[in-house]
Amino acid sequence: MNALVIILNNFWMFFREMIMFLPLMFVLVGLIDVWFPKEKVEKHINKESGIKGMFLVVLLAMFQAGPLYGAFPVAALLWKKGSSIKNIFIYLGAFSTLKIPMLSFEIGFLGLKFTLLRTLFTLPLFIIIGYIMEWALKDTDFEVKTVEKEKAKKSIKV
Amino acid sequence: MKTLMVLTILGIGLSFFKDREKTLQGIRKGLKMFAGILPALIYILILVSVLLWIFPKETISSFLGYGSGWISFFVAGIIGAISLIPGFVAYPLANVLLKSGVSYQILAVFITTLMMVGVLTLPIEAKYFGWRSSIIRNVLSFIAAIIIGFLMRFFL
Repeated sequence: MNALVIILNNFWMFFREMIMFLPLMFVLVGLIDVWFPKEKVEKHINKESGIKGMFLVVLLAMFQAGPLYGAFPVAALLWKKGSSIKNIFIYLGAFSTLKIPMLSFEIGFLGLKFTLLRTLFTLPLFIIIGYIMEWALKDTDFEVKTVEKEKAKKSIKV
Repeated sequence: MKTLMVLTILGIGLSFFKDREKTLQGIRKGLKMFAGILPALIYILILVSVLLWIFPKETISSFLGYGSGWISFFVAGIIGAISLIPGFVAYPLANVLLKSGVSYQILAVFITTLMMVGVLTLPIEAKYFGWRSSIIRNVLSFIAAIIIGFLMRFFL
């Protein structure tokens, strides 16, 4: 009985705070989504290389949302348009750690200092990962395959 | 948290001023997303509440707090790598863990592997990039997460 009281107490303490803040934060995410739709962002993809191309893929990734596997089809699109191996993986790094909707959650729940520091440390690291990937894969038959939706669905069922 | 609330309200105001229809559409979309994650969030909060009853705050902070060593970095990294928790649920969860005595550095490792490393989604990743490059990317990302943890320890 005592245990239940403790558990319920814990739960209520957490839940009360979430229910106050989360709806507003999601409204912000919804607004970002409406003002920066995926299609509009994807239109800006091109095969710019060098620092400018790197900057563009990071920027592109920041304005997207969703889980990492949602970034794979976009990476395939980048590849098709002639992006370098390095920039493909920099895109994946930025997508997984620098999405603006996620950053707003991070600031809200872990603080601005934490978010700034983590972002500052992560950015050079995934750029290095991009360079290592290019170095490791440039002499192989590496390619990003475009997986069709039908095919992807089927494989998940199996 | 308060600054963010002010920003959101400013954002809604600005958006409403520019395009009423779009703003309503965005608000609806956001609330729909909120309703979508609510079951997962409640589930995780129940789980954490029970875990906090089993392991008191002192126990958690002795294993995952500031004094903890690199083994806890590794464990936090592994948990993040194999979990499939949506980011919108992960941050509220991280906040609860922080209040329960888990250190910022451990949370940085957990959050980073959660977002950058995907063991369960590896088959999907391999379909696009091939197994070889997918495995290299995941291993490198895991190492990066550990480095980020150590850097956070010095600066936070």
